Amino acid sequence: MTQQLSAKPMSPLAEFWFYFSQNRGALAGLAFVVFIVLLAVFANFIAPHHPHEQFRDAILVPPVWAEGGMSQYWLGTDGVGRDILSRLIHGARLSLLIGLLIVTLSLIMGICLGLIAGYFGGFVDTAIMRFADILLSMPALLLAIAIVAILGPSIVNSSLALSLVYLPHYVRLTRASVLSEINKDYVVSSRVAGAGSLRLMFITILPNCLAPLIVQATLGFSNAILDMAALGFLGLGAQPPLPEWGSMLATAREFIQSAWWVVTFPGLIILLTVLAFNLMGDGLRDALDPKLKQ
Amino acid sequence: MTEQRTQPIMSGIGLKQYYQVSQGFMKPKGTVKALDGIDFSVEAGKTLAVVGESGCGKSTLARLLTMIERPTTGELNFDGTNLLTLDRETARELRQRIQIIFQNPYGSLNPRKKVGTILEEPLVINTKLSKEERKEKAISLLQKVGLKPEHYDRYPHMFSGGQRQRIAIARGLMMNPKVVVADEPVSALDVSVQAQVLNLMMDLQKELGLAYVFISHDLSVVEHIADKVLVMYLGKVVEYGSTEQIFGTPQHPYTRALLSSTPRIDPEHRIEKIRLQGELPSPLNPPSGCAFHGRCEFANDRCRVETPQLIAREGAASVACFGVDEGRLPYLSARVG
Amino acid sequence: MTNDKKLLSVNNLSVTFGTGDNPFTAVDRISYDVDAGEVLGIVGESGSGKSVSSLALMGLIDFPGKVRADSLTFEHTNLIGLSENARRKITGDEIAMIFQDPMTSLNPSFTVGNQIMEAIEVHQGGSKKERRAKAIDLLQQVGIPAPESRIDSYPHQLSGGMSQRVMIAMAIACDPKLLIADEPTTALDVTIQAQIIELLLKLQREKNMGLILITHDLALVAEAADRVVVMYAGQIVETGPANEIFKAPRHPYTQALMNSLPESAEGHDRLKALPGVVPGALDRPQGCLLNPRCPYATDRCRVEEPGYYGPEGRQSKCFYPLDDNGRPTQ
Repeated sequence: MTQQLSAKPMSPLAEFWFYFSQNRGALAGLAFVVFIVLLAVFANFIAPHHPHEQFRDAILVPPVWAEGGMSQYWLGTDGVGRDILSRLIHGARLSLLIGLLIVTLSLIMGICLGLIAGYFGGFVDTAIMRFADILLSMPALLLAIAIVAILGPSIVNSSLALSLVYLPHYVRLTRASVLSEINKDYVVSSRVAGAGSLRLMFITILPNCLAPLIVQATLGFSNAILDMAALGFLGLGAQPPLPEWGSMLATAREFIQSAWWVVTFPGLIILLTVLAFNLMGDGLRDALDPKLKQ
Repeated sequence: MTEQRTQPIMSGIGLKQYYQVSQGFMKPKGTVKALDGIDFSVEAGKTLAVVGESGCGKSTLARLLTMIERPTTGELNFDGTNLLTLDRETARELRQRIQIIFQNPYGSLNPRKKVGTILEEPLVINTKLSKEERKEKAISLLQKVGLKPEHYDRYPHMFSGGQRQRIAIARGLMMNPKVVVADEPVSALDVSVQAQVLNLMMDLQKELGLAYVFISHDLSVVEHIADKVLVMYLGKVVEYGSTEQIFGTPQHPYTRALLSSTPRIDPEHRIEKIRLQGELPSPLNPPSGCAFHGRCEFANDRCRVETPQLIAREGAASVACFGVDEGRLPYLSARVG
Repeated sequence: MTNDKKLLSVNNLSVTFGTGDNPFTAVDRISYDVDAGEVLGIVGESGSGKSVSSLALMGLIDFPGKVRADSLTFEHTNLIGLSENARRKITGDEIAMIFQDPMTSLNPSFTVGNQIMEAIEVHQGGSKKERRAKAIDLLQQVGIPAPESRIDSYPHQLSGGMSQRVMIAMAIACDPKLLIADEPTTALDVTIQAQIIELLLKLQREKNMGLILITHDLALVAEAADRVVVMYAGQIVETGPANEIFKAPRHPYTQALMNSLPESAEGHDRLKALPGVVPGALDRPQGCLLNPRCPYATDRCRVEEPGYYGPEGRQSKCFYPLDDNGRPTQ
């Protein structure tokens, strides 16, 4: 506990990295996430072809190492002759963007509602939490489908729908952390110093509630990608010819028997990305949880 | 009480704080009388100690004095004005002159903020000082409480308990307060560190003319630092007087029991033990009459029915006890005789 | 000290945590004895190793903590070298322990009767009826009013003082020869603390138990203990009979602790505070561990570690033990 004060203490970031890097799985997850992000950012330069370009003379070409594979289509082509690798690389851009959008939207709304509920309590609290309970009581995907059905199928609408679906998790989590922090003495002393409600909520209390929220957001990222893929698979998300991983799976349904690669690669990359985010989330939780530290 | 009277910097008259608490589903709400008519006053440069066990209302009193809560009824005067009838702006101005130091130095500093940010927060909120001026003030106070300027950029978890309590004290002094409410400021600290912090508090009091409201359960600390002592039991004052009066000739049986329960190193400081029976009653369901009668060996039928009032006595502490009124407490008459 | 009365003898007990270049020595070669029917006070500030040493005694130090000792003799049996099971048999039956926070030491999901009866079952067995009768008897002994009804309450229905009484009832359920009380009253109010200490001392006298009272409260030890061990940064710095230690401390640390108590100050004078803090894992000084804080430290103290000086049973770990006037001898 008592550190030697003459010794240069670790900065919080260095300390965080020290604990995070202890976890091999989290490091692997982080590496893969960085890889995907790089793919997405430099998609235009990396992808060998345009994702929408249809090569009429190369329909359902198998991957390069399989019999009949062609060297310009590494992972083969789909039913209308589009290069799968290029579509996956551009799809990463779309999927990450959607994940980010959904998580950010629900995180911001969730934090605001949770802070208000936890800080003010009473009727406001009850109202917000019952609203969250109602959202939670419906199956997530079904709710999202219902919302998309009303708004019309598009990538933006389904993102909105999904952020609404995830909202209650963030509200509950924020409220719970606020309730555990609000009676601590440092909050009271800020109040004695004259801090107003907004300052107390956002400057004093919020930073101390962030750790579980960051973890939840990372895990939520993978959920968002997964559910977006599901919506895409059902034809309610990204509309063709957008190269979104879920809708790629959906259009490949008819080739499950005949051309395995059309289905396998989008499925595989969804699996790996979700896994990577989950591993990273676990690592974050370990690194940010003060109870595990000395 | 007989010395020349100075104008108190802060005083309370008839402070009451009642809470409505739910006793469970479909049951009527109960009333907890956390404070039931408290009078006190403290002068600049002096220390008023508030003594009692858990549930006696001493922490509620701290919350009232720092205006974290408003009392149900009563009057709270600061520098001649009643804080409870002021408009918001003036009250906001004045409450900066009343600061608080908490018991647990591990909970009272925001773990995500640097020491400098913590110290400057009151200035950011209440003043228009520039960044440099704020930093200058923060560093000068860090030095005043015995820390170093380079501690400005560190986080609270890098400090020991005693150092954190120093930071908490420095934060309390940022707005040049007149009154500092200290809620068990040293009870979480080790003996040797406790002495350092007590010394610091007394030095600062002398230097800045601070008035302390020192809330504690540790009577040996109170005896050392206090000028006046307020003994509380279940939301009521049972004895109120100067330190010499309370520790020299404790009158109320509860005060006496508290004193005799406090362990002493020096056998000569020990007084004959009075063992109280039973435990503190629940504030939700306080006994009738004198709240202390269930644990008091001197209680009679009157104590079980009537509630004693705090009665001031010439040259002695004010006491709320029928036993003292009627002169039937053996230890008091023994001394006289 | 006659040997036949000796209940527990701890010889050079050390506990270290951490590995590699920088192991942290929480307890550093401590030795002490407890006689049957004796109250030994172990006093020290946080980080002094007072609690860790008793956990080590009970075999409760988990990995990565390492416990070493030349011997831990309890009633002529050396606990070091016994198998885990054999050791647990002895410590479970003959040594009991109570902890600081009674609220978390009791399992909230079971009634107190259940928990006491479980303790009885483990050590003595008997039919359910017998055990219940015994549990009521125990609750009676620790001064819980109306034990017949209290036995069916859950821990959350009891106050702190009552919970600590229940803990004591569980501890004495197996008639231990030695009771270790680790800060038993720190979480309690002053008047309740007095009740609990009185109860512990009464039981100790009635059952002729050895009692180790671990606390940070010097005054409490001064009132309750027969003999006192003062610990600082994992080491024992002074041992002796309570009345002698507090009348004329031999070690500067004991003296400084006593001087820093508000009780020792005259009126509103400044307290004689000991400067600095207890050394941590990274800043253990060379030589005597107290030397950076000690007003009497010499060059020798900064280099060489002092041994124990003074007569048997009244020793201090200081080159210049203080005399009766509180001045260091040369």
